[in-house]
Amino acid sequence: MSEKTRYWMLALPALALMMIFYIWPVLNIFGISLTEPEPGFGNYTRMFDSNAVKVSFVLTFRIAAITTVFCLLLGYIVAYTITTYGGRRAPLMLGLVLLPFWVSVLVRSFAWIVLLGRSGLVNDTMMDWGIIETPLRLMHNELGVLISMVHVMLPFAILPMLANMRGISQSHMMAARGLGASEWRAFREVYFPQTLPGVFSGGLLVFVLSLGFFITPALLGGGRVMMISEYISYQIQELLRWGLATALSSALLVATALVLIVAGNFVNLRKTFLERK
Amino acid sequence: MPNPIISVRNAVKTYGKVRALDNVALDIREGEFLTLLGPSGSGKTTLLSAIAGFLSVTSGSIHARGAEITHLPPEKRDFAMVFQGYALFPTMTVAENVGYPLRVRKMPNAERAERVRECLELVQMSGFADRMPHQLSGGQQQRIALARALSFKPDVLLLDEPLSALDKKLRADLQWELKALHDRLGVTFIYVTHDQDEAMSMSDRVIILSDGSVQQEGAPAELYNRPRNKFVASFLGKSNFVPAQIRKQANGTYTAQVAQESFELSAEPEVNIDGKACLAIRPERVRLGLPGLECFAGRIRQISYLGERCLVLVDHEEFGEILISQTTWNASLPPEPNMEISFGWDCKACVPIAEN
Ligand SMILES: Nc1ncnc2c1ncn2[C@@H]1O[C@H](COP(=O)(O)OP(=O)(O)OP(=O)(O)O)[C@@H](O)[C@H]1O
Ligand SMILES: [Mg+2]
Repeated sequence: MSEKTRYWMLALPALALMMIFYIWPVLNIFGISLTEPEPGFGNYTRMFDSNAVKVSFVLTFRIAAITTVFCLLLGYIVAYTITTYGGRRAPLMLGLVLLPFWVSVLVRSFAWIVLLGRSGLVNDTMMDWGIIETPLRLMHNELGVLISMVHVMLPFAILPMLANMRGISQSHMMAARGLGASEWRAFREVYFPQTLPGVFSGGLLVFVLSLGFFITPALLGGGRVMMISEYISYQIQELLRWGLATALSSALLVATALVLIVAGNFVNLRKTFLERK
Repeated sequence: MPNPIISVRNAVKTYGKVRALDNVALDIREGEFLTLLGPSGSGKTTLLSAIAGFLSVTSGSIHARGAEITHLPPEKRDFAMVFQGYALFPTMTVAENVGYPLRVRKMPNAERAERVRECLELVQMSGFADRMPHQLSGGQQQRIALARALSFKPDVLLLDEPLSALDKKLRADLQWELKALHDRLGVTFIYVTHDQDEAMSMSDRVIILSDGSVQQEGAPAELYNRPRNKFVASFLGKSNFVPAQIRKQANGTYTAQVAQESFELSAEPEVNIDGKACLAIRPERVRLGLPGLECFAGRIRQISYLGERCLVLVDHEEFGEILISQTTWNASLPPEPNMEISFGWDCKACVPIAEN
């Protein structure tokens, strides 16, 4: 047996796991969407005709897009600060970025409910200080979903940008300034263009993850902001419409794949998902 | 020095306990090729960065043409800097890189294109305008960095070890080109290097730094012939140090007494008279002879053959090791290991310096 085959053998258990518990169910989902309740493309025609589905898809893409924009804006500043001014504290700062990963998304989402609820910490404090008279609606709407989504997704935006910025020499900015460019101009024309690969990677990662995100939008949306994943779960759990739910799942999968294919023209996907430092 | 283009006064830069610059003072003459030479960590980059404005000195001041620029940001100083790693902008083509300082200065497009063409020609890189920096070799990148720095006709060009990443042959070629460029353009060059050959061959004046302070400054020949202390004597070329007593004679001349021999000194030495001192003697100024011919006796320990010269290491009872450099062509005495020999030197070869 050649060395190569032996290494492939070692990867076999993981591959089998993926096949049995991931690929197979996904194929099944596709199968169900074509057979339940009766064989044919009925589920898909119904899906394309349904206004509710359309609304949910638009909502999903909008929230994912806005989340991406905010994550990139906030994340860029954090990543830039860590690389430029972190110095010896950079590992600590990176640790703080990663800290949320130690807490389950569920717990973090509930924490946001505690903060944003009608009589949550934020509303109570503001009323105590007399800033507002009546509580603001901070959750069970798109705002709440966005706030918590940005929070959950932020590390996914920061990490690729950080990896990218680590590789950029500070001397370029210095050189630009030495050649007469102001600090801001040097940043804009010399540093920023070099960070674009990181920005695209981070943006793509956040966008794709946001498209299929479930827990946070479900909890903070409170049934009023139905992103596509919650819509699917609703179809199954409340209405037992397996056919439509699986058709929606397939559609989401295809949509995500499309995003990746389109993005693949601009972003080095291999770098985004595989070669993270 | 009258009207220096840049003058640095009492510059101190500390990083915690480290004094990267320790009371540095220097004047730079318009149009000269000045080299800052020193071992790694001696503060060369720190001094250059302070002049360029990339870091602020802890205390002291920097003036350009009489005006204080100590706190001016780098973009206001109009000096150009060539970095050790070239720092070409990777997202711009060669032409955009070279034209960048001109674009920042709002030069009209047509004029800028013309100037970029001129500068690329100057560094013999005309055919490369549309390449990206990563498509160039190290030496080519170096030329582009130079063209970019020269494009806006700066008064002063600061170069931080611009050739250190290149191989020996290319480095030698570029040294000539840099020197020629300097002579042609009349721009003031401040050149940082830790390579003494580079410093000696290119500079009008060399400043030797060690541990953040200036050890000695002067023309290459002056530094080589009259080192002021042990550091300079051994950093710039090689030196033998032999203990000596410096004495003033009745007739007003000075002599250096080495063992039983006495050497007359040509000028008043800058060391303690009658105190402990030593003589620095260059290896190529030591003569080698058959036993009894010269004044000191020794035995050859080791020989290394370098082509045009060979280095002979001689053991002497009192001085320890003495290094002698001999031309190999027509050598009067072909040295052999373990050979008993004698050695000596002329009065003119003696450079008295303080012990320590
Ligand atoms: N940012 C910094 N923080 C702390 N110490 C520093 C910093 N930059 C430089 N130093 C210290 O200052 C001293 C001078 O450094 P500098 O970079 O000027 O040396 P150099 O002469 O350019 O050496 P090289 O030939 O290796 O480039 C060194 O002891 C260095 O450790
Ligand atoms: Mg340096």
